[in-house]
Amino acid sequence: MSTPATDIATYNFAYLDEQTKRMIRRAILKGIAIPGYQVPFASREMPMPYGWGTGGVQVTAAIIGPDDVLKVIDQGADDTTNAVSIRAFFQKVADVAVTTETAKATIIQTRHRIPEHPLTGGQTLVYQVPIPEPLRFLEPRETETRKMHALEEYGLMHVKLYEDIARHGRIATTYAYPVKVEGRYVMDPSPTPKFDNPKMHMSPALQLFGAGREKRIYAVPPFTKVVSLDFEDHPFEIQTFDQPCALCGAEQVYLDEVILDDKGGHMFVCSDTDHCETRQACGHRGHLSPDILETAR
Amino acid sequence: MEQMDVIDGGFAAPVFDAQTVFRAVMDAMARPGTIQPVVGLTQPPAPLSATAGAVALTLCDHDTPLWLDAGLQVSTARSWIAFHAGAPLAATPADAHFALVASPANMISVENFAQGTQEYPDRSTTLVLQVESLTEGTPLHLEGPGIETSATIAPTPLPRHFVEQWKQNGARFPRGVDVILAAPDAVACLPRTTRIKTMEA
Repeated sequence: MSTPATDIATYNFAYLDEQTKRMIRRAILKGIAIPGYQVPFASREMPMPYGWGTGGVQVTAAIIGPDDVLKVIDQGADDTTNAVSIRAFFQKVADVAVTTETAKATIIQTRHRIPEHPLTGGQTLVYQVPIPEPLRFLEPRETETRKMHALEEYGLMHVKLYEDIARHGRIATTYAYPVKVEGRYVMDPSPTPKFDNPKMHMSPALQLFGAGREKRIYAVPPFTKVVSLDFEDHPFEIQTFDQPCALCGAEQVYLDEVILDDKGGHMFVCSDTDHCETRQACGHRGHLSPDILETAR
Repeated sequence: MEQMDVIDGGFAAPVFDAQTVFRAVMDAMARPGTIQPVVGLTQPPAPLSATAGAVALTLCDHDTPLWLDAGLQVSTARSWIAFHAGAPLAATPADAHFALVASPANMISVENFAQGTQEYPDRSTTLVLQVESLTEGTPLHLEGPGIETSATIAPTPLPRHFVEQWKQNGARFPRGVDVILAAPDAVACLPRTTRIKTMEA
């Protein structure tokens, strides 16, 4: 008996089988109940390489339903390879609606940024995490780091931040900046710029973190205290930028540097493409906006 | 006849029903004190309720030893869970990943269940308590992660000395159990981080 060719690539809804989803769902519930604690889970092989967001994809696949609206960003951008391919993946295997507008999304899977537009209570932010253990580069043994979390022994992390100060005169960590969740667990916020750390604190949205290769899931429930580690005399600070976005003129947002030529020309533009496009649509202009340049010419 | 009770009454659409119930439980766990509707997706045999049955089918399988309270232990519901979820029964409450409690008022004390370890606090029991209502009991004022300022929930019936037991559960953090309250048409959750504020009389 021959099977129609179209049946060959038919997957369960959202790709994962139901037993896998149950396993991930149980891990998510434990993660929510113990904010900042890394719950081990039986990460599956996904049809993409490790490092492409397999942890985030598995978390999204376990929570997504037919009514969800999915947004995927990669360093704030909706239109780069990783974001486009993951968005296409869920359109194919779950047939869900997708959007690039932050406000319209119910699930936002992110690689290393938190959108500039404030998140709301109905939204879930799913982070792709490469190395979930904040202490890993200080202590390579899992048995030791697990003991350190168990005993709430985070002195080593403060020594690391202190060594930054001793060497550079300031805390030089700019991304994956360690946070303490609800006064208990030290957590890696994934390699987001430290600019985004304050957005995690008391966020109305649920934040879920998936690390596929390292097989860990963790979570920050809504309205949870997330405090960046610092010292009284060296308080935590976020990055600041000397100039606004060159395309939309936004200030107080995270900017990416874009090289324009081989003579040192460069510009700073919003890392969050949706935020930038929305502002431009509302008439905001930066000094390198196409129509501003047109007028000048 | 009994045979049919056991085989019927599972999810009509297992994939989407499980997803719907999970999202309700996840939202309830992330926002303690909120009441998330779950409507009649399963028809398990008494005394297991439709909501508790739906939660069990959403979260339990052959990987999760299950503890049943005395009423469920002797009922057809036991076979129903075995047939639909395939979950093994835990020998003791301390071995259980999930506990289904049809009669919370007679429940053994919370400390008998798995509490997890300091290294692996996730290895603890999640209690699914079948309650009659989430609004008609004694109001509990809640605070903790997931709650912006404060939240109130009034489940009934609850285990004896629940407020005191819950305080002790919180003192064990990060160890401790989490509770899913399964009302006839909704769920609410008490993760171990939620504190019940004791009101002055």
